Amino acid sequence: MADPARSARGGPPKSESAPLPAPPRDHSHATRSLRPPRGWGAVGRGFAWSRVGKPLAVLLALVPVARLALGGVTDNLGANPIEALEHGTGLWTLRFLAITLAITPARKLTGWNWLAKYRRMLGLFTFFYATLHLLVYAGLDMTLDVGDIVEDVVKHPYVTLGMLGWLLLVPLAVTSTTAWIRRLGGRRWARLHRLAYVVAALGTIHFYWLVKKDVSEPLFYAGVFGVLLGYRALASVARRRRAARAVPAARAGDRVAAASG
Amino acid sequence: MLFKRPPDYRSSEITPEALYLDRRKFIGIAAGVGAAATAAALAPALLGGRGGSTGARLAGGMGEQKPDKLTPYEDVTTYNNFYEFGTDKEDPAQNAHTLRPKPWSVLVDGEVARPATYQLEDFIKPSTIEERVYRLRCVEAWSMVIPWNGFPLANVIRRAQPTSKAKFVELTTLFDPKQMPGQRSGVLAWPYVEGLRMDEAMHPLTILATGLYGKTLPNQNGAPLRLVVPWKYGFKSVKSIVRIRLTERMPRTTWNESASNEYGFYANVNPEVDHPRWSQAKERRLGEFLRRDTLMFNGYGDQVASLYTGMDLRKNF
Repeated sequence: MADPARSARGGPPKSESAPLPAPPRDHSHATRSLRPPRGWGAVGRGFAWSRVGKPLAVLLALVPVARLALGGVTDNLGANPIEALEHGTGLWTLRFLAITLAITPARKLTGWNWLAKYRRMLGLFTFFYATLHLLVYAGLDMTLDVGDIVEDVVKHPYVTLGMLGWLLLVPLAVTSTTAWIRRLGGRRWARLHRLAYVVAALGTIHFYWLVKKDVSEPLFYAGVFGVLLGYRALASVARRRRAARAVPAARAGDRVAAASG
Repeated sequence: MLFKRPPDYRSSEITPEALYLDRRKFIGIAAGVGAAATAAALAPALLGGRGGSTGARLAGGMGEQKPDKLTPYEDVTTYNNFYEFGTDKEDPAQNAHTLRPKPWSVLVDGEVARPATYQLEDFIKPSTIEERVYRLRCVEAWSMVIPWNGFPLANVIRRAQPTSKAKFVELTTLFDPKQMPGQRSGVLAWPYVEGLRMDEAMHPLTILATGLYGKTLPNQNGAPLRLVVPWKYGFKSVKSIVRIRLTERMPRTTWNESASNEYGFYANVNPEVDHPRWSQAKERRLGEFLRRDTLMFNGYGDQVASLYTGMDLRKNF
């Protein structure tokens, strides 16, 4: 495999068979980092933490669904519990997507590279909440009436977009494993996972078209995603400039930049 | 003609028996009074109502739908669209304490011989408060069954003596951002205004409510005085009314003004005419799991369909 991402990772081959998991490392480096050698230290420092941190993060990420489920069981979701579940799972999908997409900018701005370890997990929780949202819609709201669902998806654009958004999340969830990163190569994998931005746009418009009049909440999410995508656009421009300047100095650096593009 | 065909629901299924008998009596009286006192132009529908026989006819319907159960008081008073207090359903119950429904006055003016400002007590006094159990169908495809306390809007209109120019009735909500904090936002063009055609306003099913479940109307439900038009989507039933104006021209109405392709002036419940963004064929009755089929005119077709004879309801949605 002549994948530049591999060379960008820079570690000796044995790092792949290291007893402690390399995947987040692979992922963050292959796809994002500009400075392979220095990044290692930070990731390494956070490592011990992630033993506690990951299970803790999983528990935290399950709090919203637990609260919704508890509310459902104890009849505390208000007068229209199905709607409450539908809106709750939908909102948490957008929130997890925003948190997932915020990891890289946060990491770059703070230098906390250990954050990268949580990114794929958060992405999977986005898919988890999106799937719950779909199940509540299809199973509870439409009570699995296939005719009604098909009609709804075809006739009502906001439903169409929501369904499309979920469909686009499926390949991202499937390829979220380390094996798939290897199979696709970091660069192609990263490119595929840019679909997350498309999903962010679809999800926001889905929300915007749904509300009757008060669009302040959808606009809030539009703003959040706007900032997150805007950051990436600026970062990419800056990276390209830096790379252009660096050409005479170091060819290797150029390749790294391309790999992380 | 009013009450000609049997209705979709047995009224006895909707209403507790005692109340139901009251209502029968009421409709009888209203129809009788209406027929006697009102010009044909104002209430053509009423002319068909023949007092005593009405109740028997209403009771003779075949109820294919599941019976209506009252929506619990808790749900009726915590799940509200009342943007003057916020746009979430829970907002009005939390925020409407700032509304001061006492003292309250109502202005009746426009195309009437006797315009006047009434203190609320004087406004209500001439009418007998009746209990009416109505289905409420929201344009958002959910519904409730609510026992209202109120009196026919027709009483008020008759007292004001409409002129021959009076073709529509415009009803306006209080405008006071201090009492209604939601009015500080520009989400709708305040004050909230709704309107009815004269024959719709004079129809015996159209009431001004002062209470529900036998209690004073809670602020979040539109205290102290709100409209209830059971065969139209809920947004027609304007809350916290301060002005009733009779007009020659069709009044501007708030939701119609905000999105005219989505919310029409008539806004009759109609399962065949979808909202552009969602279907109106079914509805979720709060408290029920399976959605119900939405009924034409919210199940009040026998009483009101004749008002729209010859009208294209797809165009006049």
